[in-house]
Amino acid sequence: MYVTDKILPELPAPSNSKGIVHWLKTNLFNGPINTIFTLLAAFVLYKVIPPAIEWAFIDAIWFADSSSECKLANGDRKDGACWAFITNRFDQIMYGFYPEAERWRPNLAGIMLVLLTIPLFFEKTPKKAWLGGFILVIFPFIAFVLIRGGYFGLEQVDTGKWGGLMLTLIISLVGILFALLFGTILALGRRSSMPIVKSLSVVFIEFWRGVPLITVLFMSSVMLPLFLPEGTTFDKLARAMIGIILFQSAYVAEVVRGGLQAIPKGQYEAAAAMGLSYWKSMFLIILPQAMKLVIPGLVNTFIALFKDTTLVLIIGLFDLLAIIENVLGADNAWLGFHTEGLVFAAFVFWMFCFSLSRYSMALERKLDTGHRN
Amino acid sequence: MRKSLLLGLATAAIFSTTAQAGTLEDVKKAGVLKCGVSTGLGGFSAADDKGNWKGLDVDVCRAVAAAVLGDATKVKYNPLTAKERFTALQSGEIDMLSRNTTWTLTRDGSLGLNFAGVNYYDGQGFMVTKALGVDSALKLDGAAVCIQAGTTTELNLADYFKANNMKYKAITFDTSDQTIKGFEAGRCDMLTSDQSQLYSLRIKLAKPDTAIVLPEVISKEPLGPVVRQGDDQWFNIVRWSLNAMINAEEMGLTSANIKSMKDSKDPGIQRMLGGQGEKLGLDDNWSANIIEQVGNYGESFERNVGTGSPLKIGRGLNALWSKGGIMYAPPIR
Amino acid sequence: MSDPRQNSSELPSKPPIWNDPKYRAMFFQILLISALAYFFYSIVQNTLDNMNARGVSTGFGFMSEPAGFDILQTLVPFDSTYSFGRSFIVGVLNTLLVTVLGIVFATLLGFLVGVARLSNNWLISKIATVFIETFRNIPLLIQIIFWYALIVGSLPAVRDSFSLFDSFFLNQRGINLPSPGYESGFIYTVIAFIIGIVGSFILRIWARKRQEATGQQFPVFFSIIGLIIILPALVYFVTGSPITWDVPKLGRFNLQGGATIIPELVGLLIALVIYTAAFIAEIVRSGIKAVSHGQSEAALSVGLTPSQNLRLVVIPQALRVIIPPLTSQYLNLFKNSSLAAAIGYPDLVAVFMGTTLNQTGQAVEIVAVTMGVYLLVSLLISMFMNWYNAKMSLVER
Repeated sequence: MYVTDKILPELPAPSNSKGIVHWLKTNLFNGPINTIFTLLAAFVLYKVIPPAIEWAFIDAIWFADSSSECKLANGDRKDGACWAFITNRFDQIMYGFYPEAERWRPNLAGIMLVLLTIPLFFEKTPKKAWLGGFILVIFPFIAFVLIRGGYFGLEQVDTGKWGGLMLTLIISLVGILFALLFGTILALGRRSSMPIVKSLSVVFIEFWRGVPLITVLFMSSVMLPLFLPEGTTFDKLARAMIGIILFQSAYVAEVVRGGLQAIPKGQYEAAAAMGLSYWKSMFLIILPQAMKLVIPGLVNTFIALFKDTTLVLIIGLFDLLAIIENVLGADNAWLGFHTEGLVFAAFVFWMFCFSLSRYSMALERKLDTGHRN
Repeated sequence: MRKSLLLGLATAAIFSTTAQAGTLEDVKKAGVLKCGVSTGLGGFSAADDKGNWKGLDVDVCRAVAAAVLGDATKVKYNPLTAKERFTALQSGEIDMLSRNTTWTLTRDGSLGLNFAGVNYYDGQGFMVTKALGVDSALKLDGAAVCIQAGTTTELNLADYFKANNMKYKAITFDTSDQTIKGFEAGRCDMLTSDQSQLYSLRIKLAKPDTAIVLPEVISKEPLGPVVRQGDDQWFNIVRWSLNAMINAEEMGLTSANIKSMKDSKDPGIQRMLGGQGEKLGLDDNWSANIIEQVGNYGESFERNVGTGSPLKIGRGLNALWSKGGIMYAPPIR
Repeated sequence: MSDPRQNSSELPSKPPIWNDPKYRAMFFQILLISALAYFFYSIVQNTLDNMNARGVSTGFGFMSEPAGFDILQTLVPFDSTYSFGRSFIVGVLNTLLVTVLGIVFATLLGFLVGVARLSNNWLISKIATVFIETFRNIPLLIQIIFWYALIVGSLPAVRDSFSLFDSFFLNQRGINLPSPGYESGFIYTVIAFIIGIVGSFILRIWARKRQEATGQQFPVFFSIIGLIIILPALVYFVTGSPITWDVPKLGRFNLQGGATIIPELVGLLIALVIYTAAFIAEIVRSGIKAVSHGQSEAALSVGLTPSQNLRLVVIPQALRVIIPPLTSQYLNLFKNSSLAAAIGYPDLVAVFMGTTLNQTGQAVEIVAVTMGVYLLVSLLISMFMNWYNAKMSLVER
């Protein structure tokens, strides 16, 4: 009888269950149908990807002072992408018509926002709630004063000159801020026990969710001036913002309502039993828990809002897309580079939306701590 | 809760402005003229890459600012789409509209607007590609036409083709930029618009030489500045600011010679340059300011759409009445 | 607040009226209602004042005035002599057309991509992932402009159209196909088709009863194909092909005759379908994943084939999870179709809130009517889907 007195070394796995060949076999070529699919897909990729890379990178012209460098002698455009169109007008794409000398102001506001937001992502930051409150309540005023000016000796820059990515970000950030506020109130209203409050909230929410944003923007740009007492007028940007906020708060309300419904009834009862008033129980017990649950949903709403800001092009505001389409696209010096502009705009939006959606998914995973299983 | 309300009120207060008295007082008080222009039409109203507005229509805004405020630069331009332009004026968001707008009975009668004059006599025309080999609009039966939505152009086109018993397909775009892009890409055989716009759109083609403007003019399109109904003083100011520019050309007053002409003994020029402002509620320098800072109508025309510009439009109808055109301003006396 | 112990001889006193939650709620609601009433009253009053002061005409009289413009694509007869009211109908129909087509194609593509993402083929699943992550993160407006520019910019000009049998043409101005002209004998084919559909229903009921009674299956699928397709086809040829086809021919400028699918519709549709499909794919994926694996194992162990498992066990359960979010995607697609204005597709917003608004200048009436239409259709779709959802939902005991 053979007894070993030491542990035998591990043997490598059989050659047909590991390595590239095995991986290929199980993932790409398991069965005739899958093989056909794989080959077909590979063919399509081969047809699409190399020419796209060639166009976007290899043959591309990155910097040039005028469009003639992107064109052949006879005036036709060269094969590669002409990113010079973007790099040459980069400032305008970022800021619109915002005066060059004053651009440090939006820059400063942006940097402040980023610096203030970073600590929120770390677990150990003390007084997170205060910091968050500061960003939500105080910072908007600082940013407004900085960007618009007119106070403290800063030159006033009218909203008509705001544009580009800056305007896109302003619209979406201000939009989500106010939408969050009104949306939460609406969600509480929809869950209220007062019949009139409840039905008004339902009507409000369903109304704004039932109409397209473009009609809302039209309404705010064409009809809103008629609603106001004679002689009172609103800034065009402010009118668009009102439309966007009303529209978006209906969506936020539905997300927040989902969170409110997910809070066990016991929490409401416990809060009532402690003798807390309605507002106290909401702000101290229910909303903090509900908001935590709905953060991923809110991020998704924000992504939708961010993409929707492109619609302001239709009412004549110069956001990122509008600058590229209507201002640069109509610029005689750079005609014929429409595709590059669109691809660039698509890329910028994609980058923001994709990273936000990844963030929201990661949050969902982090917050989803074992309630389900 | 209360905070939100306050916040809302504060924003409303910051962004909204209230105008109660007459437009003239409002403009003087604000120190700036709010003028509605197009979102970008080369030669008439377009912003350069620094955000400075230039063009024939812009010059009317500047002339009014010069007359009222003494400074042609004190204008806040409000770029408007075709859809927004009338409500913006009706609601008081702008003090005047100078945006290649055609004077028609409906607009004058049912929109609560007043046209203060004509700063460009236009007519609707057609642009086709040379390769098509067409020399008259009457040979366009069955063609696809690119056109901008919501303009008088759209109506004239339907009338013209119906009257000549021809068929067409209208591809209607929202802005003139989209229209020219559609034309360039080959979505349609021809583009129709006011002739002035055709020239301004043509230079937006990558190869402008490949397109020609046909000789037919199928409509009358008098373009001019617009004000709200019910403020006669303001209406007069806008009307006579424009008339001052036209009269100045007739009298040979230019931005270059205006300083020396102030001492002229010619009674017409004397009347023009002094003593008439009071009747409009302006100071006496109003017309001199216009001519000095903006120039006369001819200067403005040449600079923006004429030989001094990429558009190179001839004066044609817009020449002075004394030089074969129909540009005719009532006398200042 | 008074200490209740001091007057303990009495019953616990009712709280004063201003502290009673019931009255408070009532007071608050009355306040809210009056504030809202005042708000709407002042809006209406302001609007009327403003319009009176400026001499703007009001009312819906304009709806019967002649429109004076033409529209590129009309599902009902329309030219410049028809009224503004008619142009409204044309716009609504064009919006509904693109919505219905969009829903059908987006559902098909969405299910396909969703299933592909779950595929055990690595390459296919990765391609599906990239598809989803790319298209749902780019604003729809950019996609619409892009596809439209691609179609108009890269397809051949009319004279160089791709053609199939000289009767189907593809060029930058759309797709031209032969259009049918019906002769009197065609009615028999229609009758045969109706008979086929009714027959299929009866057959299906009979086959199901027989299966329940005897366990024998009947090849329902092939019989139905026979009834619906082959029967009318036979009748069609027997009656002597009573359709004449109007084939498009190259005219001086365009292809004349036949039917045209305009590139604006195609571009808008491609963008809407791809954008919505990316969202639907994610919904389908999570729906299928929500069905517990045990269900499939159980199904396979009682002897169902994999396709029967998918058809009879997995999909019916997944649908319950899928339908509510799917509804909101359909609603989104309907509302998003309003971006048509950006490329000149004559939908409700472009025709009515664009051209008609400009020609008449009556902003209030037109914007209100347009929003009303969207609201109405949105409510109808969600009502239908709620009903369907209730029908599909699990009957719990």
